Amino acid sequence: MEALILTIIATSIPLLLAATGELIAEKSGILNLGVEGMMLSGAVGALGAVLWLENPYYGIIAGALSGVLMASIFSVFTINFMTNQVATGLGLTIFATGLTGLAGAPLVGKTIPSLPKIEIFLLSDIPLIGSILFKQDFVAYLSIAIIIFISFFLKYSKSGIILRAVGDDHQSAHSVGYPVKKIRWYATCFGGMCAGIGGAYIPLVLTPHWSEGMTAGRGWIALALVVFASWIPWRIIVGALIFGGITIAQLVGQARGWPIPSQLLSMMPYIATIIALTMISGRLSKNNSVVPSSLGKPFFGGQ
Amino acid sequence: MITFIPRDKVSKNWIIIAPILSIVFTIFFGLLIFTFLGYNPLETLYQIFVSPFSRIDRISDILVKACPLIIIGTGLMLCFKSNVWNIGAEGQFIMGALLAGFIALSFPNIETKFFLLITILAGFVGGALWAFIPAILKTKLNVNEILVSLMLVYVAMLFIDFIVRGPLRDPMSFGFPLSKPYPEGALINKIPFPGIGFLGQLHYGILFVFLLVPFSWIFVNKTLGGFKINVLGSAPQAAKFAGFKQNSITITVLLLSGGLAGVAGVIEVSANIGQLQPEVSFGYGFTAIIVAFLGRLSPIGILFAGIIIATVKLGADNAQMTMGIPKVVTGLFEGILLFFLLTGETLQKYKIKWSEGKK
Repeated sequence: MEALILTIIATSIPLLLAATGELIAEKSGILNLGVEGMMLSGAVGALGAVLWLENPYYGIIAGALSGVLMASIFSVFTINFMTNQVATGLGLTIFATGLTGLAGAPLVGKTIPSLPKIEIFLLSDIPLIGSILFKQDFVAYLSIAIIIFISFFLKYSKSGIILRAVGDDHQSAHSVGYPVKKIRWYATCFGGMCAGIGGAYIPLVLTPHWSEGMTAGRGWIALALVVFASWIPWRIIVGALIFGGITIAQLVGQARGWPIPSQLLSMMPYIATIIALTMISGRLSKNNSVVPSSLGKPFFGGQ
Repeated sequence: MITFIPRDKVSKNWIIIAPILSIVFTIFFGLLIFTFLGYNPLETLYQIFVSPFSRIDRISDILVKACPLIIIGTGLMLCFKSNVWNIGAEGQFIMGALLAGFIALSFPNIETKFFLLITILAGFVGGALWAFIPAILKTKLNVNEILVSLMLVYVAMLFIDFIVRGPLRDPMSFGFPLSKPYPEGALINKIPFPGIGFLGQLHYGILFVFLLVPFSWIFVNKTLGGFKINVLGSAPQAAKFAGFKQNSITITVLLLSGGLAGVAGVIEVSANIGQLQPEVSFGYGFTAIIVAFLGRLSPIGILFAGIIIATVKLGADNAQMTMGIPKVVTGLFEGILLFFLLTGETLQKYKIKWSEGKK
């Protein structure tokens, strides 16, 4: 039971991180469909760095940097050259799939050490809860810290309110004197950093070797999670755990020989995503205020 | 500092220049990346862009590869023109091929080639039904069609895998996940050329492309339906005032693009594979997105774009065989190409002005 919960948490962390980063980007008005690509780059970056420097912690840094690099490419085109965000995001995912395939080819067949667990003094000795909550790896703690941080950031900090203003009405935000493009650059790069670390987590903890397209649609599920969470940070935790649970449930089902074909079980996370989107979207269309109004629209004026 | 100043009207020159410049820039950046990763840039360039033209049968293979790309790209053009983001053509391709395959395998002794009309129709229906899911969710419940159509790609891939390993597996396949071979009536033959024989894999399916391109040109440029799609995409407000029903346009373009992707699936399987197997598509549905953009969302453009992208795909196969470069590398070129094409679109509408220092 305990092992099961730990696996569910581990499976949900990449989703959690990527979705949180994307949430910030979307709050600033940028829809980045390149999450899958940024996660892949994070994964390959982390693998390369760990093989080279032989320390899993460098994998986190390399993953973050790879994600930011991809996000910068996206930003140059969508923010500075005002290209269509949907198409550019798709392009980024296609680009990163090719780039990581090329960069990952020499890494095939090599295995990296896993990220160590950190026990928090005394707290980790609490029965059940202790080993689940206080015996995690660094990235798990980091992702919770990021969620708490951005919850407060968006709600109470001045910068957070400016960020939301830029996403809700870039024209007015610009007239008041806020640097719309710069803010969007930061937000997108933060998204890239989170997606990169999320991607890095996959080789660092889940499967310790490279295979082409190893993110297997997690970036797209992360995009769906942002909608599922109605752009409210803490709800991403709930959503990510549900999807982690579904993913593990189908693996357990396959392992225990449930009388359902394995392919149909493997469909579950994807079908669940569609069902979740459908349930939430019906409600969202009645209450439009949660969706950032300038989401996906290029900003032409200024600078 | 660079500033963008809106042009009075869309620059006609840029419509032609932008794709050409994009290709040049893409090759440049691609070579830069190859050099950086330690491959010989000139040899890569030769393998990817020149080697596909080195023999006549290779040229006909370009057409064979371009065939599904052009068919799917034409359908996607209708979606993208009306701001509907169907990125699940890969899944619609698979479901079209699967439904047609199911029908073909239900008539194991049929020989007449008229049967192909039925399987192609079945492919259209299969693809359209798969696209109907995002269509209905989008129009009734405002669910994002990008995510739904993409999730359905994964579902379709797993579904065909299940069908081919389960219900439709050929008992004589020695454990391989393959269906029975299609009956004669469901196969698309290679084109025999008098005196030469077959040119590579060139098959009669290419005729569908020759029908589709002029037909879609007429539809987009000369019919009310095409006009509505153009207006909806370029001026949604105007479309609203004119009373165009956005929902019915959304459903129509999704069904048409899904259907065309399904037809591409039938042609691909009937001409090149001849039976169902777990992998039927090899990413055509995703590549066609690039084809639609490179073709500037116009039928004639897509014809050329399909040929160009097919060349790169074949070139990448060659590069994999001769130089060991993984063939996913085409994605690298496709992505960069798309970035520059989209930038070109901005430059059509805006002039660049260089100014000194910060404004």
